[in-house]
Amino acid sequence: MWTLLRNSMLVFRKDFRLEFRSRFALNAIGLFAVISLSAISFSIGALRVKPPILSALLWVVIFFSAMSGLAHIFVREEEQQTADTLRLLTQPVTVFLGKWLFNVILLLALEIVIVPLFVIFLDVSGINWGTFIPVIILGSVALSTISTIIAAIIAQTSNRGALFAVLTFPLAVPVLRSAIQGSWTALEGGGLTACISDLQILFSFSVVIFTASILLFDFIWRR
Amino acid sequence: MRENWWKYLLGVWMAVIIVAAFLFTPTAKGLGQTTRVLYFHVPSAWVTTLAFFISAVFSVLYLMRHQLHYDIRAEAAAQIGLIFAILTTVTGSIWAKEIWHSYWNWDPRETSIFMLLLIYAAYFALRSAIEDPEQRARLAAVYSLLAFATVPFLVFVIPRIYDSLHPDPLINPDRKIHMDVRMLRVFLGSFGAFTVLFYWLFTLRVKVLSLEQHVLRKLEE
Repeated sequence: MWTLLRNSMLVFRKDFRLEFRSRFALNAIGLFAVISLSAISFSIGALRVKPPILSALLWVVIFFSAMSGLAHIFVREEEQQTADTLRLLTQPVTVFLGKWLFNVILLLALEIVIVPLFVIFLDVSGINWGTFIPVIILGSVALSTISTIIAAIIAQTSNRGALFAVLTFPLAVPVLRSAIQGSWTALEGGGLTACISDLQILFSFSVVIFTASILLFDFIWRR
Repeated sequence: MRENWWKYLLGVWMAVIIVAAFLFTPTAKGLGQTTRVLYFHVPSAWVTTLAFFISAVFSVLYLMRHQLHYDIRAEAAAQIGLIFAILTTVTGSIWAKEIWHSYWNWDPRETSIFMLLLIYAAYFALRSAIEDPEQRARLAAVYSLLAFATVPFLVFVIPRIYDSLHPDPLINPDRKIHMDVRMLRVFLGSFGAFTVLFYWLFTLRVKVLSLEQHVLRKLEE
């Protein structure tokens, strides 16, 4: 058990260093988010947008930013032909855990940039941060869990870019729906109790998909 | 003829169900003549779910035993499931136009069936993007099982939490069947007929896909 976790951390640190050298995913996903946010801000202009629309817009930006960058972690292994080395060196589960951790942290790091920009650009006021932050964190964990396992699948197919969003979206709908509902409540100033059912869905979804991914990852990874 | 008796029986049975659905059963309160879509819409939805489940079962079998004929069965079930999902959506949408005055308004039920359609479409998109049969079978099976893990959220959790206007005679909070006895008889009869129809379509589709694969293998040799 401990060696497993330690090996997962090794995989994570390897990916972290590689990412730090090239900053490919971080640049792609960060710039994508900033561009789409400013596109929204431009097109809305001085209109005062209501919380339901604001919260939907925020999650659309987060979802498509995730789609632009989160597949990179597996696609890179195939493109640089390092996947087979990794297959020989360590167990499949550690690979999944390391890369899952990387994607979760990447998406959360993105939100540290996106959320303040969102508040500034769209002139949002009256947020209940005590509700908003848990919704954002749980939503991102759920979204990156489902993205990571789909990324592992599409890395082995022929048209990777197009398939990633196509395969992820239908499975991520419960996440998006609950996250949008939850942050809508938070934007209107609602407390934690008002969106507890959304948080429950996000949490149980993450647990279910995480468990399923660990069980299924062997079959994706082994040739 | 002798081994096909159940196909003839199914034809007669289906005909009886159709006639009974229009002439024998009473209508439900508030729904008027549109009640009659119940005998076709709900069994289609049931077959969609059943096909999805069977596809998942054969995906598990494929992952356990690595024999391609399981993959063929998983694919066949998914193809039939897609057709019935479309039927469910179309009949439901026509009904919604009459009762809710719009073909589509993102009711939680409509959302979940739409997502099922998207999942099926994604499944076939994934299959078409992989050349090697073994790899295609493996990755498609994994995707199918992942999708299966999210279906409870779509079908059960979301309509329970967000309000839906959809009438639900079978799966409802107080776990009782609120239905006239005559309606219930035709309803259950239709369920049986649709299930047998699914079985028939499924065996046909498996035969066709197996033959296709056989021909492809012969051509390669």
